[in-house]
Amino acid sequence: MTKALSGSDTAKKIGEKYPDAVTGSDETSVIVRSKDVLEVARFLQESLNLDYLNFIAGTDYTDYLEVVYLLTSIKDNHSIVLKTRCEDRNHPTVPSVFSLWQGADFQEREIYDLLGIYFEGHPNMKRLFLWAGFEGHPLRKDFKLEVPGGGKKE
Amino acid sequence: MTLETEPVLINMGPQHPSTHGVFRMRVTFDGEVIADLEPVFGYLHRGIEKLAEHKTYLQNIPFTDRMDYLASMSNNKAYCLAVEKLAQIEVPERAEYIRVIMAELMRLSSHLMAVGFFLNDMGAFFTPLLYMYREREKILDLFEMVCGQRLTYNYMRFGGVSQDLPEEFMPALKRFIDSMPAYIDEYDKLLAENEILLARTKGVGVLSKEQAINASISGPVLRASGVNWDLRRDDPYSIYDRFKFDVITDTRGDNYARYRVRIGEMRQCVSIIQQAMEQIPAGEVRTRVHPAFKPPVGEAYGRLEGPKGELGFYLVSDGSPKPYRFKVRPPTLINLTVLRDLAVGWKLADAIVTFGSIDICMGEVDR
Amino acid sequence: MEERGPQVEIERPYVSEELDRVESAEIQSIIAASKQPCPDPVAWLDEDIKQNLLLTTTEQLIDLGKRFSVWPAAMGLACCAFEMISAASSRFDFSRFGMEIMRASPRQADLMIVAGTLTWKMAPALRRIYDQMAEPKWVLAMGSCAISGGAFRGSYSVVPGVNLIVPVDVYVPGCPPRPEGLINGFQALHRKVAKDKLIKR
Repeated sequence: MTKALSGSDTAKKIGEKYPDAVTGSDETSVIVRSKDVLEVARFLQESLNLDYLNFIAGTDYTDYLEVVYLLTSIKDNHSIVLKTRCEDRNHPTVPSVFSLWQGADFQEREIYDLLGIYFEGHPNMKRLFLWAGFEGHPLRKDFKLEVPGGGKKE
Repeated sequence: MTLETEPVLINMGPQHPSTHGVFRMRVTFDGEVIADLEPVFGYLHRGIEKLAEHKTYLQNIPFTDRMDYLASMSNNKAYCLAVEKLAQIEVPERAEYIRVIMAELMRLSSHLMAVGFFLNDMGAFFTPLLYMYREREKILDLFEMVCGQRLTYNYMRFGGVSQDLPEEFMPALKRFIDSMPAYIDEYDKLLAENEILLARTKGVGVLSKEQAINASISGPVLRASGVNWDLRRDDPYSIYDRFKFDVITDTRGDNYARYRVRIGEMRQCVSIIQQAMEQIPAGEVRTRVHPAFKPPVGEAYGRLEGPKGELGFYLVSDGSPKPYRFKVRPPTLINLTVLRDLAVGWKLADAIVTFGSIDICMGEVDR
Repeated sequence: MEERGPQVEIERPYVSEELDRVESAEIQSIIAASKQPCPDPVAWLDEDIKQNLLLTTTEQLIDLGKRFSVWPAAMGLACCAFEMISAASSRFDFSRFGMEIMRASPRQADLMIVAGTLTWKMAPALRRIYDQMAEPKWVLAMGSCAISGGAFRGSYSVVPGVNLIVPVDVYVPGCPPRPEGLINGFQALHRKVAKDKLIKR
């Protein structure tokens, strides 16, 4: 069984090395400041053997944009959830973890395409699914769709 | 005398007989050898994640069918696992066994197609594929008996499956499963010593163990590179801890290794289905859940070992009947991260075969 | 056994952003030009054949030849492509109806089967393949996504119906249609090809 490490214990560990990085934690996840993501991720990769990045997801909560990372260790079979938030909706930026895990390549491009979060340090940051002239970022809550049938219109 | 050479750009456009679906590659050649490869996606991007936010949880089950359309039952099951985790819904025993039988039949069908199209790409145009199709049609007949559909099933529900198995299902399944090992041996005998297959796949497209872990690869591609990681054993979901099966791995990491892992997994599928058929109890198949139910506020990640890799759904709920965020972890998109590294230095034909051995489905890559 | 070739560091002979921009301009122009559906074609014969007087039996022979050897070019986009391949495989075999070989090249095909969801990004490629086919040519829209956008209608990137891009002759409903349904669509197409002469007169 993959053991989900406790968020608060990991937050304490990170806090010893990077005192200002952690902005919150609960029993499943750790929330860090967006500009410290790369250093905290490198520290976790070395100290907890987290060599496998399961996925990166982005969500638009209307006050802020959140990016979620699920990291797993194949050797020790445990995992931790790392989150970060961007308050600035016009130019949200997060450092890219491509240099630590190559698997972040297409996932970060997808989040840029659909949500507009720019990942600094990614070698090829451009749209993945939509064409270059497409205006807007579809997964944001202010991008409206007109869906016929199925559910009430917003 | 020195020759002036120039690199050439060839576009393997979205419509091509061997790109499994609409996939485009811009390939730069230095003579005959590939120097650079840039994949272009998005030709089947339908906006499922955005559309799913406008429909209730139950109405999203058909969307999950149409993502990886060669393994619809697994997609349904992964989504139901995620919602059941989010809303704490219990699943009855019989339903769990039925789900396992369906998921393993689906894995069998998907691997048959994967091997068939892999050989198609190599030039054995249609003959092995028609052999694999013969078995696949039998599996599709079984599915049609259960839910009426051949390709996009919409069979699983939150809390179980939508209806019980009809009486003629079990005898038909038994006849099929008893004959399957002989067919797998037939394919193996036809293909394993084939010179062309060996020459074109051994040593081609080698993926090292470190790169496989670093690039978040999952599924048969990861296991063919020597990493012993299978979610059914390492993070058991549903009732997989009650079955005995081997995790097939291979150390070489080339195209031939991926082919052998898939053939081995087909045999393990047959074994799991036989064990499930013996152990299945009688009982209900569904916990009643209101169609427009409201799960509690929170988030959940439900995942399973699909035929192509780790398929997961990350759901965020805000207490309303519609999901706030519906995110899919697509195993095939993430497996394509290494395509460029595997193809550079080889010729174009090898790149096509490597691409076929990664086994992708564009509906899931683009969503 | 193949050996891996030299992995040279080569600068790309193209600028990726520029190619993307050209493609994007093409997509925007096809979006702007596809507001109205193309009219369904009624007859495909050339004007000069209409003027010639042909004997009835010769017409019938020509008609038999045209009707029973329509070769499809597969535009397999999504899930419907697999029902189309099933229809071509040994169980439901549509080569019994003359669709002997599924050509990959549009230049050798008579019928384009659009199977699956069409997105705006793919639309210029579809139009280009349609233009490359030689006349007389027909289009069959397979599945509800090709007919009207299907389950994905309303999405920001899905074309609500292939008939905005190419004129369609036969619509085969279903999600996905069974192989027998597709064969029914072929028989409707054969009847339509036979009717062409009558409508002209």
